[in-house]
Amino acid sequence: MKCLIPVKRVIDFNVKVRVKSDGTGVETDQVKMSMNPFDEVALEEAVRLKEKVIVKEIIAISIGVSSAQETCRVALARGADRAILIETNVETNEMPPLSIAKILKYFVLQEKPDLVILGKQAIDDDCNQTGQMLAALLGWAQGTNASGLNVNASTGSVEVIREVDGGLETLSLKLPAVVSVDLRLNEPRYISLPNIMKAKSKPLQIIPMGDLKIELKQHLKTIQVEPPVMRRSGIKVNNAKELVDKLRNEAKVL
Amino acid sequence: MKVNRVLVLAEHDNQTLKVSTANTVRAATELSEDITVLVAGYQCAAVAKAASLLDGVNEVWVSDLPCFEHGLAENVAELMIDLAEAFQYILAPATTYGKNILPRVAARLDVAQISEITGILSPDTFVRPIYAGNALLTIQSLDPIKVITVRSTAFEAVSTGVVATKEPAPIVNLASKKPYDLGLSQFLREEPHVSKRPELTSARIVISGGRGLQSGENFKMLEEIADKLGAALGATRAAVDAGFVPNDYQIGQTGKVVAPDLYIAVGISGAIQHLAGMKDSKVIVAINKDADAPIFQVADYGLVGDLFEILPELSKELVIRK
Ligand SMILES: Cc1cc2nc3c(=O)[nH]c(=O)nc-3n(C[C@H](O)[C@H](O)[C@H](O)COP(=O)(O)OP(=O)(O)OC[C@H]3O[C@@H](n4cnc5c(N)ncnc54)[C@H](O)[C@@H]3O)c2cc1C
Repeated sequence: MKCLIPVKRVIDFNVKVRVKSDGTGVETDQVKMSMNPFDEVALEEAVRLKEKVIVKEIIAISIGVSSAQETCRVALARGADRAILIETNVETNEMPPLSIAKILKYFVLQEKPDLVILGKQAIDDDCNQTGQMLAALLGWAQGTNASGLNVNASTGSVEVIREVDGGLETLSLKLPAVVSVDLRLNEPRYISLPNIMKAKSKPLQIIPMGDLKIELKQHLKTIQVEPPVMRRSGIKVNNAKELVDKLRNEAKVL
Repeated sequence: MKVNRVLVLAEHDNQTLKVSTANTVRAATELSEDITVLVAGYQCAAVAKAASLLDGVNEVWVSDLPCFEHGLAENVAELMIDLAEAFQYILAPATTYGKNILPRVAARLDVAQISEITGILSPDTFVRPIYAGNALLTIQSLDPIKVITVRSTAFEAVSTGVVATKEPAPIVNLASKKPYDLGLSQFLREEPHVSKRPELTSARIVISGGRGLQSGENFKMLEEIADKLGAALGATRAAVDAGFVPNDYQIGQTGKVVAPDLYIAVGISGAIQHLAGMKDSKVIVAINKDADAPIFQVADYGLVGDLFEILPELSKELVIRK
């Protein structure tokens, strides 16, 4: 089996994000960037399937500016066999998930993977759309929010345990399929130094976006980005009795 | 130009209509006076009836077929794509149900999908949180059909017909144009987490536990208080990851979003990813032994101390007044 793993370069989850004063976006200068944590989980799952000899080849693909090469190298160090970067002039955030899904579709048709595994959302735009859109454009089955994944190669299906609002749900998807993962699917391992070294010699193909004859439209226009209203911290109470009293008589919520 | 029409996808379990639908209808009322609710399910007549009683709804369309029993995204999306043409807006709750289906619909219509809006500024301009709520994005849609998921906590539910303020909207059974069972995915089983407590996302009071609780067993202390207050129980990702409580308790960037009148955070540090799911609560209480825990920066009432001493006291206080 072949796996395609889309990976996105985002502001690291530990960074306190700051809105630019001109309201056009958030500060990215001198800010630590990392692979979207959900995509790390997706990639780790593919590596585990490879270790179980279910998957033969793992291809990581990223769409983004030139510095997303770094993300591709991390993907290679995490166990992808090769990586593709579709180099764009704009930060990927300027492109809606639909455009990303269209580009991914192009490569799915070219590479013919049996399984696309990707993060259920990116922690920058929090959209939670790309996997579903890609599945729709391909006419494939989808399993979103996966916290369990079991490939049954003989029946050509994959069982996916999904985290849903009401609990857990298990679906069987016909392969090929798109699976979007939740964080509890696995815990990505640390990257070892030898793997970082090895990644340097693995193939990374860089394709300028302009070379792909994919027609993308403008669907959305950013009007502004602003910081949310900050909550102010209130008061400290000394004990449970005082707390209950405040909640009853001051806040009037009990 | 013809008047705007909105299609709202109802969320349900074939028996009951989820409140999130009533929140989504509220958002729809800000866009149009012509609102159709779509119920795709199996043996879901009770749901259609409940939808017909929602304030502001003009019509309920029902597609009652076995292939819709489990709300499989591929099948439901296919139906919606066939119906989309008559509408300028397609809305669904920003729950795991709506988020599963709507991007599929949008992609096939070749329009963007706008996720989890918290505000409507004009017929084509919307506000939504990004970066775990660290920034608010105002975005304009240039598409002819706007496909949107709606954050429930940002739109007050419309009246659900308990007080009969209006005639029920007509219920139209859709004739099936084609087989909607695409056979791409199949439902195998579910492990629903049933609780007698209020539903987390619509509860008036939520009490949540974090890693500080140390075990699932210790969550009983929170349950005791929850039962006294009629509260729902929530948790951090750390508490869910550690197996203290099931996944559907998780509140935050990647879990549920709540905005109750009162949120009590116990043994929770206040990571930005957790705050993303609760910082719009009216009153926040934090109980934490670390006076520097970031949760205190958003708390209206902070109590610094050991939760294992405070929780029994709190429980006692709540009894005395009963
Ligand atoms: C991509 C991504 C998405 C995430 N999504 C979510 C999400 O949706 N929801 C979420 O919650 N998290 C999420 N997280 C995790 C988040 O970053 C934090 O790790 C998590 O919220 C911490 O949970 P916690 O507060 O329970 O644990 P900790 O941070 O370990 O805090 C435990 C707290 O308990 C206090 N404590 C310990 N013992 C006691 C005691 N006896 N009495 C009183 N206080 C005590 C400690 O002082 C401490 O402040 C996400 C992380 C990432 C990277």
